[in-house]
Amino acid sequence: MRYAYYPGCSSESSARELHSSSVAVTRRLGIDLITIQGWSCCGATPAHQTNRVLASSLPAANLVLAQDMGLDIVVNCAACYNRLKMANYEVLNHPGMREKVAHALGRDYDGSVKVRHLVEVLLEDHGVPAIAKKLTHSLNGLKVASYYGCLLVRPHEVTQFDDPENPQSMDRLITAMGGESLDWPCKVDCCGNSLSLTTKSNLVVGFSNAIIGMAKAAGAECIATACPLCQVNLDLRQSDIRKQTGRQYDMPIFYMTQLLGLCLGLTHGELGLNKLVVSSSRIENAVNAAVV
Amino acid sequence: MTIRIKKGRSGKTMRDTIQEMSGVDLGVCYQCKKCSCGCTVSGHSQSPPSEMIRRLQLGAGPELLRNDLIWTCVSCETCFARCPMGIDLVAVMDALRAMAVAQQAPIPEGNIPLFNKAFLKTVALFGRTYDLALMAVYKIGTSSFERDADKIPVIFMKKKIALLPSLSPGRQAVKRIFQKTGQNKGIIR
Repeated sequence: MRYAYYPGCSSESSARELHSSSVAVTRRLGIDLITIQGWSCCGATPAHQTNRVLASSLPAANLVLAQDMGLDIVVNCAACYNRLKMANYEVLNHPGMREKVAHALGRDYDGSVKVRHLVEVLLEDHGVPAIAKKLTHSLNGLKVASYYGCLLVRPHEVTQFDDPENPQSMDRLITAMGGESLDWPCKVDCCGNSLSLTTKSNLVVGFSNAIIGMAKAAGAECIATACPLCQVNLDLRQSDIRKQTGRQYDMPIFYMTQLLGLCLGLTHGELGLNKLVVSSSRIENAVNAAVV
Repeated sequence: MTIRIKKGRSGKTMRDTIQEMSGVDLGVCYQCKKCSCGCTVSGHSQSPPSEMIRRLQLGAGPELLRNDLIWTCVSCETCFARCPMGIDLVAVMDALRAMAVAQQAPIPEGNIPLFNKAFLKTVALFGRTYDLALMAVYKIGTSSFERDADKIPVIFMKKKIALLPSLSPGRQAVKRIFQKTGQNKGIIR
């Protein structure tokens, strides 16, 4: 299985561990990710808030590179995934967009490159049985709250990822790893990270508190994410939550690929677990001891 | 909720412009308010999203561009996911945001236009975002140095931010996109 890999800007900055754990996990599973040479920023939220054609053209510049490689694109950042899929949707459905994008790019793009999130590739292409065969360790009943956030599941017309209100993809992976995937109501709530820098950052603390608090109430020992914005927000805001509400969660916020990596016998360093702000050592030790 | 509108406007209304920009037919909204019930931020904004649509339906003018929901909206798309009429409210909010910037409407709280401008400027220059420069420009521009200052040590210790920009080999293509979409003038000053 070969894919064109789009790492996204966070892979070089705030979410290096998402990148390193994705690379390590896919290598172990025999999934071939070929980084798109010359990849550039998808434009993220600032582009779509500014200019609709810009917001489609920046992702399209990467989509044409994957088209030249003749491969589907794999993305592990939920935000990039959303923007790349949105560009395809706009080119195919918004009247005149294909021509405008072609004018901006200097070449035509037909909106046909398939954009996949790594979680989809793991489940749909690779499959749970094939993953199960490679597992060396078990989550051993670890209670995990899978948190999908906004960008993977919405808008459903565009991302077509799982179910928009009650997705199960990450839960299925957790179950396959021997963990207990929790049914909880904040799976697709927004963590509000995009307000982090503005004067409304006190709101973000409230949103994060609601999400982590609900996970805790459901019995979670950790939260699994697939989005670098959610991960950074939930991990880094726990000190603010303590200051503002007095509640101390010490809730480790993993990337899905880090949990999977632990069960595949990958090391602390390969998975970038040292980058987590809330320590994951208790869970790491438990998984490392649960050899299957 | 009382909505006061001025009568007697003629020509193209704001509703027409927003519909054109967003590709959304605002006439199909029948005010079920599912968008407002699910909205992440409606409890923390001047108006819930359904009210924005109602105001546009009733002929609101530029005063709507001062509504803080425009900049508090987190684009989480819950409204779009739940709208029985399939109205893409985020596209409507994007159109309102672009219009607010173009008409230099006052920004209620925070300065997201500055953040967006700084973000896109790093993309135009390097082909990829450069978080450190972006943060510096935003912090200087908003004089918000104390905000989240306690996070700085851990961000550097855990290497959660790149010190140097990453140059995309595709940055010429990115530059061309900025030029052709007319965003180079607004962004590179």
